[in-house]
Amino acid sequence: MRDPVFPHRHLLGIEGLCPAEINHLLDLSDRYVEMNRGPVKTSDSLRGRTIVNIFFENSTRTRTSFELAAKRLGADVINMQVGASSVSKGETLIDTAVTLNAMHPDVLAIRHPDSGAAKLLADKVNCAVVNGGDGSHEHPTQALLDALTIRRRRGKLSGLLVAICGDVLHSRVARSNFHLLLTMGAQVRIIAPRTLIPSAIERMGVEVFTDMTAGLKDVDIVMMLRVQNERMRGSFIPSVREYFRFFGLDREKLAQAKPDALIMHPGPMNRGTEIDSDVADDYERSVIREQVELGVAVRMAVLEVLAQNNAAEMEQASTPKVRVATP
Amino acid sequence: MSMKGEPGKAAYINARILDPASGFDGPGELLTVGEEVADIGPKLFDGKPPADATVVDCEGQCLAPGLVDMRVQLREPGEEHKEGLKSGGEAAIAGGVTTLACLPNTNPIMDDEATLEFVARRARQLALTKVYCYGAITKGLRGEELAEMGLLADAGALAFTDATKAVADAQVMRRALQYAATFDLMVVQHPEEPALATGVVNSGEMATRMGLSGIPREAEIIMLERDIRLAEMTGGRYHAAHISTSDSVAIVKAAKEKGLRVTCDTAPFYFALNELAVGDYRTFAKLSPPLRSEEDRAAIAEGLKAGIIDAIASDHAPQDQDSKRLPFPQAAFGGSGLETLLAVSLDLYHNEALSLLDVMRRLTCAPAELLGLKAGTLAKGRKADLIIFNPDEGWKVVADDFKSKSKNSPFDGRPVQGRVLRTVVDGRIVYDTFSAESAQPAQRAAKA
Repeated sequence: MRDPVFPHRHLLGIEGLCPAEINHLLDLSDRYVEMNRGPVKTSDSLRGRTIVNIFFENSTRTRTSFELAAKRLGADVINMQVGASSVSKGETLIDTAVTLNAMHPDVLAIRHPDSGAAKLLADKVNCAVVNGGDGSHEHPTQALLDALTIRRRRGKLSGLLVAICGDVLHSRVARSNFHLLLTMGAQVRIIAPRTLIPSAIERMGVEVFTDMTAGLKDVDIVMMLRVQNERMRGSFIPSVREYFRFFGLDREKLAQAKPDALIMHPGPMNRGTEIDSDVADDYERSVIREQVELGVAVRMAVLEVLAQNNAAEMEQASTPKVRVATP
Repeated sequence: MSMKGEPGKAAYINARILDPASGFDGPGELLTVGEEVADIGPKLFDGKPPADATVVDCEGQCLAPGLVDMRVQLREPGEEHKEGLKSGGEAAIAGGVTTLACLPNTNPIMDDEATLEFVARRARQLALTKVYCYGAITKGLRGEELAEMGLLADAGALAFTDATKAVADAQVMRRALQYAATFDLMVVQHPEEPALATGVVNSGEMATRMGLSGIPREAEIIMLERDIRLAEMTGGRYHAAHISTSDSVAIVKAAKEKGLRVTCDTAPFYFALNELAVGDYRTFAKLSPPLRSEEDRAAIAEGLKAGIIDAIASDHAPQDQDSKRLPFPQAAFGGSGLETLLAVSLDLYHNEALSLLDVMRRLTCAPAELLGLKAGTLAKGRKADLIIFNPDEGWKVVADDFKSKSKNSPFDGRPVQGRVLRTVVDGRIVYDTFSAESAQPAQRAAKA
């Protein structure tokens, strides 16, 4: 039977999910947080299921997190790191999808440098697909783990004032996060230089700031985004030092936020670029390590629900149709 | 009544004749002798068509000049897996296009006479639609050195363009306009500043939501403004292809009011679709220029209505499956357009309050005039290139049924109104779904 609260076949993005669905995934995740902290860290709820992690981009933490989540639920896991080499050999995403599909996986977790790749894969395979990050589009499990982190610390999401700072233009984390936060009733601010703010972003219900001091005023949560080094050489940003001066999170800028404001970062951090080590390592304020920890629990919840829905789907598909007896 | 093979004499009766060049829209009759229109008039035959003529009872359907499509990519030579002169020609006649001008972005590129002559010869042999070529503005379409425009024009190039690439360098464009003006040739620009057009969809909320890189409207606007300055400076003849923004319409309007030799066209994509069509990462709606906002779409329709946009071209850009079944950022630009040109353009008649004659003008005599072709009219003595069509018949676009080798239509699945029933080129029937239907004269007579 499909999960009654989250009946979807895939998790391709946060956009379009409703608060009940998000809360449901977070509630399930909470259970796994406790299990992961206990002495016995595995269950057999996904025993016999096959999870394939297919990563077209380098990623250590997300892939490891998905892998660990699957293993803790007793699933068989395969990791495929598809480098630039097979793309240059002419193998397309669809070729890969067809190949993988022939192996009867239950869930595919995909990361791809192009927006929309997870959707394209989902259209071509008959198993569940979870988006582990597609281009600048979405990274739904990251937003869920961020939400879980906040909810466990603050007990709620609604009514909170959250600032998302940095390279919003290229960030799938930012998109998934503001969709989720806005859906759950939080207020979202975007803080970045104009070159890193996507056009018409304000139409999505976020408030735009270009000044950290003003933007961080009285916020409950500060989410920093990673800025790719190749964007710091004059194309979007003149230099690292200039970026750090105006948009890097340090004590002084942080002083504008609420005294108990939490600091978050999806990792990996560029210390001295977007965040000062002093702030990143402040264990009273920074919940960056906790985000990593909760990421495993969130991915366990997501994999479990999707595998369950997938099994229901497959069962339905294989049930013979009622035949009308012919005389 | 076979007119295939040798064109004979045909008397078209009981037609609603639409001849935008003369402004005639009404019941009428037309006689073709051999390859030409011999006569036309409301009551030409007075009930007695010539005894040696094949009588074509149009049953009240529209009889109009064949469409003249001024922007088509046929992909031959070079990319025959996407399209060719045969498949493209068949697509054209199925779409009612009797004359087309193909872009020079073939391989080899049409920057020398040999390629032009190859295409012209092949098209003549196939005897489907009439195919004319543009010549390249610059050698290799590289935007650096001028191609041999004079020689290319002598070899049959109608006008000059670097196809889907903009001539980005202002000095090169200035010289191209000046040099082309020497021979009174028209320069056709893909008006898009390449430095700003690095994205894949229109900039804005849609792009932001989908995480796709945007192409701002300003990429088109800036190039168009620059080019019009250069046209003014040089006195050259400048034509902007497939304009897609409200500002572009205003800019062209101002240039025309100033008396500059500036014209433009658009494609059905830009008045029949907006950026929402790329939702769900539909790569068939990935076009160049990108589909714009609803305000821009409406402004393009309005520009056609006001006569600021001179012509409608299909901008037929066939792409094979492998080029389109990719993650959106990697997929090729372009949409198939020949077979939906008439039906989608008739949206303007059904939904945007243009008269049928005005829609047909932008598809026939207007582009013919821009290209200096004696086509797109039913005038006496002109070639008998014509279509019979029903402007109201509803059908659903099914790209899989296209004659074109490529099926990349952003209109796939769209209900449209207006169907080509017969296409005649030089007096020969080249496409026909009409005679099959009219094969039961007894029944029809009974109905009447």
